[in-house]
Amino acid sequence: MRRVAKLALAMLTLAASAGGAASADLQDFASVERGRYLAAAADCGSCHTIPGSDHPFSGGRPIETPFGVLVAPNITPDRETGIGAWSDDEFDAAVRKGVRRDGKRLYPAMPFPYFARMAREDVMDIRAYLSTVEPVHNPVSVNKLPFPLNQRMAMTVWDRLYFMPGEFRKQPDKSKEWNRGAYLVEGPGHCGACHTPKTALGGDKSDKPLQGYTLQGWVAPDITSGQGPLAAWSADDIAQYLKTGHNRFAAAAGLMGEVVDLSTSKLSDDDTKAIAAYLKDISGPKPAADSSADSHVMAAGSAIYQDLCSACHKSDGTGVPNLIPNLANAATVKTDDPTTVLRVVLQGAQSVATDKEPTGPAMPAFGWQLNDAQVAAVATYVRNHWGKAPPVSEDEAKKERAQLDARTN
Amino acid sequence: MARKLPRKDVVIVGLGWTGSIMAYELADAGLDVIAIERGPWRNTATDYPPGYAADELRYRIRHELFLSPSQTTFTFRNKMSEAALPIRSWGAFMPPNGVGGGGVHWNAETWRFLPSDFVLKTHLTERYGANFLPGDMTIQDWGVTYDELEPHYDKFEYLCGTSGQAGNINGTIMDGGNPFEGPRARAYPNPPQDQPFGHTLFGKAARDLGYKPFPQPSGNMSRPYQNPLGVRLGPCTYCGFCEWFGCGNYSKASPQTTVLPALVRKPNFTARDNSEVTRINLDSSGKRATGVTFVDAAGDEWEQPADLVVLSAYTIFNVQLLLLSGIGKAYDPAANTGVIGRNFTHQTISDVVSFFDPAKFVFNPFIASGAIGMCIDEFNGDNFDHGPHGFVGGGYMGHVQTNGRPIETTPVPPGTPLWGAAWKKAVKENYQSAIKPGTGVHGSMYSYRDVYVDLDPTYKDRFNRPLARITMDFHDNEIKQNKFLTDKFAEIFQAMGAKQVHKEYRKAPYDITKYQTTHLCGGAIMGTDSNTSALNRYLQSWDVPNLFVLGASAFPQNAGYNPTGTVAALAYWTADAIRSKYLRNPGQLINA
Repeated sequence: MRRVAKLALAMLTLAASAGGAASADLQDFASVERGRYLAAAADCGSCHTIPGSDHPFSGGRPIETPFGVLVAPNITPDRETGIGAWSDDEFDAAVRKGVRRDGKRLYPAMPFPYFARMAREDVMDIRAYLSTVEPVHNPVSVNKLPFPLNQRMAMTVWDRLYFMPGEFRKQPDKSKEWNRGAYLVEGPGHCGACHTPKTALGGDKSDKPLQGYTLQGWVAPDITSGQGPLAAWSADDIAQYLKTGHNRFAAAAGLMGEVVDLSTSKLSDDDTKAIAAYLKDISGPKPAADSSADSHVMAAGSAIYQDLCSACHKSDGTGVPNLIPNLANAATVKTDDPTTVLRVVLQGAQSVATDKEPTGPAMPAFGWQLNDAQVAAVATYVRNHWGKAPPVSEDEAKKERAQLDARTN
Repeated sequence: MARKLPRKDVVIVGLGWTGSIMAYELADAGLDVIAIERGPWRNTATDYPPGYAADELRYRIRHELFLSPSQTTFTFRNKMSEAALPIRSWGAFMPPNGVGGGGVHWNAETWRFLPSDFVLKTHLTERYGANFLPGDMTIQDWGVTYDELEPHYDKFEYLCGTSGQAGNINGTIMDGGNPFEGPRARAYPNPPQDQPFGHTLFGKAARDLGYKPFPQPSGNMSRPYQNPLGVRLGPCTYCGFCEWFGCGNYSKASPQTTVLPALVRKPNFTARDNSEVTRINLDSSGKRATGVTFVDAAGDEWEQPADLVVLSAYTIFNVQLLLLSGIGKAYDPAANTGVIGRNFTHQTISDVVSFFDPAKFVFNPFIASGAIGMCIDEFNGDNFDHGPHGFVGGGYMGHVQTNGRPIETTPVPPGTPLWGAAWKKAVKENYQSAIKPGTGVHGSMYSYRDVYVDLDPTYKDRFNRPLARITMDFHDNEIKQNKFLTDKFAEIFQAMGAKQVHKEYRKAPYDITKYQTTHLCGGAIMGTDSNTSALNRYLQSWDVPNLFVLGASAFPQNAGYNPTGTVAALAYWTADAIRSKYLRNPGQLINA
């Protein structure tokens, strides 16, 4: 009896999947290839794959948000727990409109406000590619938010406030390269998801695009050409960083390291150059030249720096191109928010290894060795010796230490 | 009962320099490769970060990066007539442990051997006659020549980013380099490191005496470098914590800073750490290896089947594993038969500690790196006429002061009390103005009939396997050689203006408690005759053709240089033979 039932189920599944396959066109090699590329550009793997897992896109990775932890769902073609049974329209609605199959709203941890800029054709290509990956049966309980945030109804209001549907429109007065960069940054690349400041409700501050934000314990710095690292980087520096994770100034670690690993290192040279050209063209606010760092703190920070940091970063902070970040120009050192500096000093960091730059150098942790006042002093020193940024207090170091201790990732 | 794992194309035993190089080359050829390493995985930033990499007590005194004798050890005796006893604290040498092996904690002195070193027996016999050699000396030709190895030396030097001054490019002698070296196809990838004051003075004194001093080739970076695999190293900071230490600055060539980052990206490579290979398995014919058996950290035993076995552990473990696996005939010194354990050698190291006037000489000895220094090669190999001296062999000598570390490097004039106020006063007076070269005289040790490795009849390891037993002593040839070299070395310090020169000759009997180098050699040697060598010229076992044995265990005798350059060149040579010859036609590459 059981065997018959199993067989019947199998046949049903076969029939159903044949029907499903007809919509996402597995026969179209070009579509699958484009989809693979776009899925990398959209960094789908970062959230939907548990790092190190042999089952890509099978979900289960916890995503920290300011409101609580969400878990990325399974987007393999599994019919029960993945998206195998979804229609094309259902998939498109989820990706570009933030509407689930059951009609409920997705949380914007899924960056549908950016993916809305993609053409339906692009989304269908991603679907074609996802149809080729191994189906994994993995039921994921996606929502771990506290009440009332666990009420998806609230998202209707959020969408009305922050979600602006509408595909990407080319700017005819800009170059082809600029437009390609703009499409990648605003659409699949969803750079603003990390780099654009957020409101209290987690929506983009649309008047400050890409001007920097802090999430999951990392500073995503201002990536306009006004201030932040890109002010000093050339377009080639940006393209090299995206492609390899390293350039003459910086090394990608933490969340950006993941983005380089899974997404930007897989882009074509033309596309990383296009992103660079676009970002260099975005103006932003100029840095405020202000520091009130105490001279005693700076002296203490200098002594710690010479003892513990100068062996790699050199006495003058210039580091080693493509290996050790240049602190005088480091992406996250001189921003107003010292979160990344404190995190890296306390906990260390591993920079991303890519095919072009396989080294993946790391910085060791110093949290075991330095107390909060010492951490604050050395952070203040590196932020002010070669530039100007607000001094870091002992209390900020203490808070960051406590947050890192409580953090799971 | 061992559980059987899925078959691999290649299993590699030990993930140090040779294992890493071979794993990369064979994975690059498309083979499915697994490497099994007894010790732990090691990463620069997490395992020896700059914050405590310079902890002399932890690393030098307490041997953190080395094998623990409680895990396994050897027994030692000077003479065949004595009972051997287990070594319970490392002395004369330091067995490496962990991923990267000795390549993590070496000084990075990156030498090539002399062309005559590879044809030693033939060369010395032709020049001096067979009767010039001691009757019990068992030196042999290697079966490979310098010219054949040159491209492989080159490959390793460019992998490491070696800093140095070429002495002979395609036969043209280069000013400032070593005029005795074999011809090289091109210069070193990086210029020599900057020389500290004392090292510069040594170079001047040596030149004044008519020698040709040159900077030692160094795997410590003189500038930032990206190697052909795309891996990057940073410039050395001259902190003086190389030997016995891991480099926290990515500035010393090691498997971690040169090969492993590229290797671990290959999907057809797997590493298993904390797993000790206990046996190489053979099929019923005994002529074919079927894989290896290993024990993991949980104490569970596994069998890893493979088509090709590469043995690349430390010298003495290679020999021990061959003996324990019944591969090749064990050497019997009484009958003078057998090959496994034969021609085991070490090194003949001595020093000259020199004291200068503190008012005139401030050397800043803490500014140093593992391979920094000025050397001369006039008394190495057969670079000089041995006829009048009655010995063969030699070594390079140099002011290679690798450190000024406070626990160990506190030279005081002979006669100073060993502790207390007078000792402290003498340390203070002499610290800046004394020279205690780390290398000093780096002499060869040739092979003898009664110096060998076998299995100990009494002592067993934690798996109830016999420990490897070392029988080793210095012979008159080495004692004479060392006296001659040490005296020549002392003359240079006198010429530098030392007020007191204290010679520390190497004397018999061989002392297992006093550090020399970790350069144990031989025991599973390469050669041209299967009756007197374990391996053919491609480091392929004469007995089991799908087994290759890498490392200094293949040296028929030791030369007067640090071995790593030659060890690595041989690994590339073997990898090339496997890729270009063996894989096309798996079987014995040389007909004996």
